[in-house]
Amino acid sequence: MDDIAPEYDVIVLGTADKLSSVLSVKGKKVLHIDRNDHYGGEAASVNIETLFKKYGNYTKGEEPWKKYGRVNDWNIDLVPKLLMSCGELTNILVSTDVTRYLEFKQVAGSYVQQGSGAKATVAKVPSDAGEALRSSLMGIFEKRRMKSFIEWVGTFDATDSASHKGLNINTCTMKDVYDKFGLEAGTRDFIGHAMALYQTDSYISEKGTAPETIERIRLYGNSVSRYGKSPYIYPLYGLGELPQGFARLSAIYGGTYMLNTNIDEVLYEGDKAVGIKATMQDRGGEEPMKFTTKCKKILADPSYFPSKAQVTGQLLKAICILNHPLAGTDNSDSCQLIIPQSQVGRNHDIYIAVVSSAHNVCPKGYYIAIVSTIAETSANHHLELAPGFERLGKIEEKFMYQGPSIPLYEPLESGVNDNIFISKSYDATSHFETTTDDVKDIYRRAEGHDLVVEGLREGTNLVGEE
Amino acid sequence: MAARGPAGSRVGNSRFAQFKLVLLGESAVGKSSIVLRFVKDQFDSYRESTIGAAFLTQTISLDENTTVKFEIWDTAGQERYKSLAPMYYRNANCAVVVYDITQAASLDKAKQWVKELQRQANENIIIALAGNKLDLVTEQPDKRAIQTADAEAYAREAGLLFFETSAKTAENVRELFTSIAKKLPLDQAGPRNPRSGGRGGVELRPDTPGTQAGGPCSC
Repeated sequence: MDDIAPEYDVIVLGTADKLSSVLSVKGKKVLHIDRNDHYGGEAASVNIETLFKKYGNYTKGEEPWKKYGRVNDWNIDLVPKLLMSCGELTNILVSTDVTRYLEFKQVAGSYVQQGSGAKATVAKVPSDAGEALRSSLMGIFEKRRMKSFIEWVGTFDATDSASHKGLNINTCTMKDVYDKFGLEAGTRDFIGHAMALYQTDSYISEKGTAPETIERIRLYGNSVSRYGKSPYIYPLYGLGELPQGFARLSAIYGGTYMLNTNIDEVLYEGDKAVGIKATMQDRGGEEPMKFTTKCKKILADPSYFPSKAQVTGQLLKAICILNHPLAGTDNSDSCQLIIPQSQVGRNHDIYIAVVSSAHNVCPKGYYIAIVSTIAETSANHHLELAPGFERLGKIEEKFMYQGPSIPLYEPLESGVNDNIFISKSYDATSHFETTTDDVKDIYRRAEGHDLVVEGLREGTNLVGEE
Repeated sequence: MAARGPAGSRVGNSRFAQFKLVLLGESAVGKSSIVLRFVKDQFDSYRESTIGAAFLTQTISLDENTTVKFEIWDTAGQERYKSLAPMYYRNANCAVVVYDITQAASLDKAKQWVKELQRQANENIIIALAGNKLDLVTEQPDKRAIQTADAEAYAREAGLLFFETSAKTAENVRELFTSIAKKLPLDQAGPRNPRSGGRGGVELRPDTPGTQAGGPCSC
């Protein structure tokens, strides 16, 4: 086995695959270590047997996964997320050429719920003025107000006060903007939660958030118009392909990956981390390999440094296997359905992400629906997700942690003082925009300048000549 | 993108088929050198571990009517710490498992890779075993650590194609790839390679100026 280099520019621990590849492309010497035996940690996709075993909801001696066909036809995400087709992750994928190893497919629809219980209705989220006029989400007059709002968002220019409708756009609230167009509460709900993808309502009353909200709505609209059906795309064979693709990109640029490797000790000089001691467990039955190496900095997900992170919330999530599409979604083979918090008397939205055999994640005839939200109580997690389960109809199999929910971590410090730069946990949002913000944030903290996505591969030809 | 053409097509009497080929084997047995010889007809004695190419492509004409294009994936060094991902094997139609005929242990490693392929890859994958560095034993016969007959017997038993090759002198390199091409099911190329079009996937391209500018009502 080859020697480990005596020093690396960066050691990356855990699920920070995008960062390792970006840093490798930028010429840094990167060592990426993961304690798991697979890429992506909690962001991996697993087969149905692994899922049963992970959640433990079967009787010993039984093999319930056998009735679901070939186990390897299943690639079930542990973290439910979709990509926005014009979003930052897509930009990173394209500009780093990771798209050479991945194939994407559209998610067929984007839906939102209005009302609750027996009165709940599900409707497509309108993405342009024409769809607003046809939408069942609004009455006849409201449709026209929505149409003029969407048209205004399209022509809005942050630097041109003539396009600001007389509002002081940098200091007003989003409520002021909605009031200007006379939009009803229900309309504000699906604009803010299903288009701007805010998880709570705090954006409405906060001063100065209007330009960002408008930008988010435009991202939604641009993403829809890129491929037509919904703003979301999804990789064939599941999200677990992303960390693998990024790992390959990193390797192609000289990055080194070690799976199945535990960190025994972080070495410090004064307050600053300067290296690690680690052990790679050998799966082939050989002796574990112990090694020590130095580094200029460490980038890690919070699970490697729990004392340097704080819990900011608890994620609730249930992975459900269905054998039918969701009611009200036009028999879509895939969709995102958002239940805005106020529709069901909550403070956090409930997300439902559905994918199926159209994305090579399960055999024909099955659908994988993941229901998620942020916990608002310390018990009754099943009840908190109940409005989501109501949308699913008959559920063949439900995988949900029985014990405590999944803590969401945030770093306590920037990392400048100890050279250990920690990312946030994946949050409850059903898309990657917040994750990509975090990638940019940790990059800025660690490298001292902004991550510029365009031009990452200047002068490099990734594909051989014909 | 180069890899997204039609995977299999037939125009008149001529056939064109494209296949994904993966390389496996211990570090420093000459995997990349074999590819470099096959694709560019070059050899570099001091070649370092593979850096820089996502995959290479090379086309072989089997006869005047039949063309096979290989999309060749190198390990990019990910075999070193056993960190090759399932993605590497996904939809691979064929594989070349390489060992070094002057290093006894490298054939044992090759056998492990064959097992790994049978576990991870398509059931019908075509596997070729290549004993590389034939040039070294031509110069100094006592350097040989693995007898041809032994490796050949293993290959026959395991159902593998078998060649002893030299990336340095080019001996048997083209023959290796040609014999793989001949064994591939040319008429079934399409459905076995979903990366190559026809599945309704979306093409991600860098935006042309203006795509981002219009806002929701740009359509």
